[in-house]
This record gives sequence, structure tokens and C-alpha cells, in this order.
Amino acid sequence: MKEFGYQRASDVAGAVAVLGADPDARFLGGGTNLVDLMKTGVERPARLVDIRELPLDEIESTDDGGLRIGATVTNGDLAAHPAIRRRYPVLAQAVLAGASGQLRNMATVGGNLLQRTRCGYFTDITKPCNKRVPGSGCPAVQGEHHNHAILGTSEHCVAVHPSDMGVALTALDAVVHFETADGPGELPLAEFYLPVGDTPHHETALPPGALITGVSLPPAPVAAHSRYRKVRERASYAFAIGSVAAALDIRDGVVRDARLALGAVASRPWRAHAAERVLTGAPAGAETFAAAADAELTAARPLPHNGYKVTLMRNLMVAVLTELAEEAAR
Amino acid sequence: MRKKLLMASSTSSVITLKINGEKYTLPVDHRTTLLDALRERLDLTGTKKGCDQGQCGACTVLVDGRRTVACLQLAVAAEGREITTVEGLADGDQLHPVQQAFLDLDGFQCGYCTPGQICSAIGVIQEHAAGWPSAVTGDISPEAGPPPLTADEIRERMSGNLCRCGAYVSIVQAVARAAGADADPGTDTATSTAPAAQTKGVVA
Repeated sequence: MKEFGYQRASDVAGAVAVLGADPDARFLGGGTNLVDLMKTGVERPARLVDIRELPLDEIESTDDGGLRIGATVTNGDLAAHPAIRRRYPVLAQAVLAGASGQLRNMATVGGNLLQRTRCGYFTDITKPCNKRVPGSGCPAVQGEHHNHAILGTSEHCVAVHPSDMGVALTALDAVVHFETADGPGELPLAEFYLPVGDTPHHETALPPGALITGVSLPPAPVAAHSRYRKVRERASYAFAIGSVAAALDIRDGVVRDARLALGAVASRPWRAHAAERVLTGAPAGAETFAAAADAELTAARPLPHNGYKVTLMRNLMVAVLTELAEEAAR
Repeated sequence: MRKKLLMASSTSSVITLKINGEKYTLPVDHRTTLLDALRERLDLTGTKKGCDQGQCGACTVLVDGRRTVACLQLAVAAEGREITTVEGLADGDQLHPVQQAFLDLDGFQCGYCTPGQICSAIGVIQEHAAGWPSAVTGDISPEAGPPPLTADEIRERMSGNLCRCGAYVSIVQAVARAAGADADPGTDTATSTAPAAQTKGVVA
């Protein structure tokens, strides 16, 4: 690991001032991803600015009836919070599906959004990787890619975003709030992650040196009827090979509102707009759900070893939507 | 007093760690993890190094009462926080109830993962008593209250602690006994449990 300076930020303005002046500095939250990447040499910051003592650890109601989650709220506290469990159960379930109890107690909401892909070529500094070393190539396209992306890929990168939390937040139309030396800003999560294109190393639309200060959830009555389902290679404590965050509002047998997002299929949490368009206004039933899943997956471009994900995601979407519909009928 | 802002150019600091109620002042290179500080600098070798990547749970300790992995925790960032390791659990000769349950029910084979398992189990019992749901909890609404601490619940909540010997069956029984649930690992029908009143005041 490269040597680095360390300081604790006591206020947001001071924290962003340091990163504004030093592009080689990084914010340190829970460290569950950053410290690991520093050990392997993927990240080589000159300085860490520890933000864990900033007053960003509250979950508060907003004037519009939504919630605002501070950036340093731990994943554990987020999933345990009564308002999250009651009003946005898909978010609590998604967080609980990720990592282990220990890691959830350390990892922060802001850090979760900024975590890096677990693609084996990205995390191995002896291998080429366009995300880590722009222009060096993507061995995953011809190599080990059974867990890689099927949607929104490019020839330059097929890595997936590993977050569970982010999938639920994407379905919930969350907004990311940040601070820079020039003042505050916000980005809808839908615009937060950049398309891969030929610049996979540019992962987010955050301005350089920006500090995520929180995430707000707009009010969403549909979210009370929501769930997260994750498929992985073992029953617990593993990254997804596919996941679905869904919310359905069904009245008189018709889908009035639908939210659907997919995990572990793209470089970002994937909002399933095409599926939502099929669902909204259609009768809640097996035919609609299958048509919605197919509509989303027509854009899938699987590689030789991850074609199973197309079938998996179709079945997963239909299963979760069916469960929500059955729940609504009770 | 802890320095709020350290010299930015320096790559090492003199820090004071609060561990098991004692204060330890030591110079550390910023790259030092809490795990290495405990084992290599302070002779607190009860906390074990397994993967050193946050994947095995052998280095689990309690930081401000919450279970965490010491291998991904920088020592310098742990300054000012209350750290509890396996060495700090017993009250003199009186073992912590979780330690006693692991002994009574053979919750280990080689013992290497055991300190991490025990610290993690204390966190599990505390989190469950506080009403935290898990990924296998059927109804996560706050109105539903804490789920029964079944074997399934214990296995899910303890999934961050690997045991290469495969002592999981006894570990589940030990955690259940310490929690007062006494789950039968062969079934998932163990009844609900009162929060563990016997855990020491080391967990907030």
C-alpha cells in the first residue's frame, strides 16, 4: 500500500476544500471498499479525509413527505430504520441482502453508491482494464465474464455495478445530494451513473472533489408494496448474479403504478423503463408480467458465458411481480 | 486530547486507542489496520487474521458496540472509539455468556475463527434484541417486532463468519443458547426469545 496522509473533517466545507485542492485525496467513509482497494493497489490516494464525524448520519422526514438519508448513515442503521422498513421495504430488503452484518455496520450510504465493480480484471492490477487504466483493454469480453453485464454494455467494459442498495434507490427515484467547493448540487440517481461508452473509467456524473451529503427519497405510496429479490451463488454473503427491486400498485386488477429496477446486469443499477411502460395500465397477471420482462430484455446483449442471465432475469422479474400481485390480492 | 486535524503531509500519527477499557498510545503508519495494531503492536493476539480482505470475519471486534471487521478498519480512523476484542469479554474468571455457550456446546473445532465468531455473535444478539430484521425475516415491518431467533435467522446473521472446520451446527446452537433461544438447528421452528439480558455492558 502506498503511504498516505490522514485527516478528519470536522465540517463539510472543510472536507470539500481539501479534495478541491488535491485531486489525489479521497474521502474515507466506512472503508470497506476503499481500504480493500488500497491494499491491492487499485486505489493509491495521497491523502484520506475521514468524513465519519460529519453531521450526516441522520434519517429525516422531508417537507414533501419523503425521507432524506444522510451520507454517513451506515447500511446497518438504514436497514433497521422503522420509516424505511414501513414505507420503503424494498430498500431495507436490498440493504439486508448485501454483504455481512459486520460490513453493513461499517459501510455508509454514500460509499455504497460509489463502490467499485468486483470484476476480477479490475481488482487485479497485473491485468489490463479500461476502467482502471483507460485504453489498456477489456480482457473480460473474451475471458471470465459469467457474472458480467448484459444490458448497456460496450466493447470497452462489461463490468457490473455491485450495489444492492442502489438498485432499490433507482426504483424509488432517489436523488443524490452533494457538496463541492462551489456549493451544493443534486443529481437524480437515474443520471448519477454515466453510460459506459468508451469511457468506463468515468463512472459518475459527480463533479470532481464532490462529497455526497445525502440521498433523498420522494414520497412513493407504491413503495409500501415493494420487494427486493436477489440471486447469488450461495445463500448469503455474496454479490448478486441478478436481482430485482419492484413495487406495484394494483387496483381492480389493473396495474396503476409500477417501479422496476435490475441489479448485477449493467454498469449501473438498471431502471427497467420498458417493462414499466408495459405494466402500467395493464391487467395484473402472468401475461403482462412476462411481456414486461421480455420488453426490457430485448435490449440484452449477452456474451458467450452469461446468456443465462437473460433467462434468469426474465424469470426473476415475473416471479417478483407475481408475488407482489398475489400479496395485493390478499 | 485527540487532534482533530493532523498534519496533512505526514504519513504517520501518534494515536490513542481505547481497547477493552484501557488506553494505548502508539505511533502508527496510517496504513496500519486496527487488526495489525492489535496483533503486532499491542500483543492483543486474540483477534485473528484470516483473509485480511473483509471476507471471513475472523478479525471481528466490537467498535462502539457494533461488530466490525478489524482488517478493513484503519487504526488511525479508530481513534476515539470504544474497541472491544475477545480479550475484553470475560469478567475476571467469569466468561461472557457467549464464550460459555461456545465452550458448553463445542462451537468450534480448531478454534481459529472462534474469537471472531464470539464477537460477531454478541453483535447478532444485540442487533436482534434491538429489533433489527435480517435478509430471511419474513415481515420486516417495525410493527412485526423482532423475528423469532430461529436457526435460519442465526445462520443468516452469522454468515459473515466463516469456519473452515465446518463447526456451524454447534455454532448455531451456541448462539441460540446465549441468546436464550436454544434453537434446534435441525428445524426452523424455535420459538421467540426474550432479548439476551445477560450480555455485558460492552455493547451499546
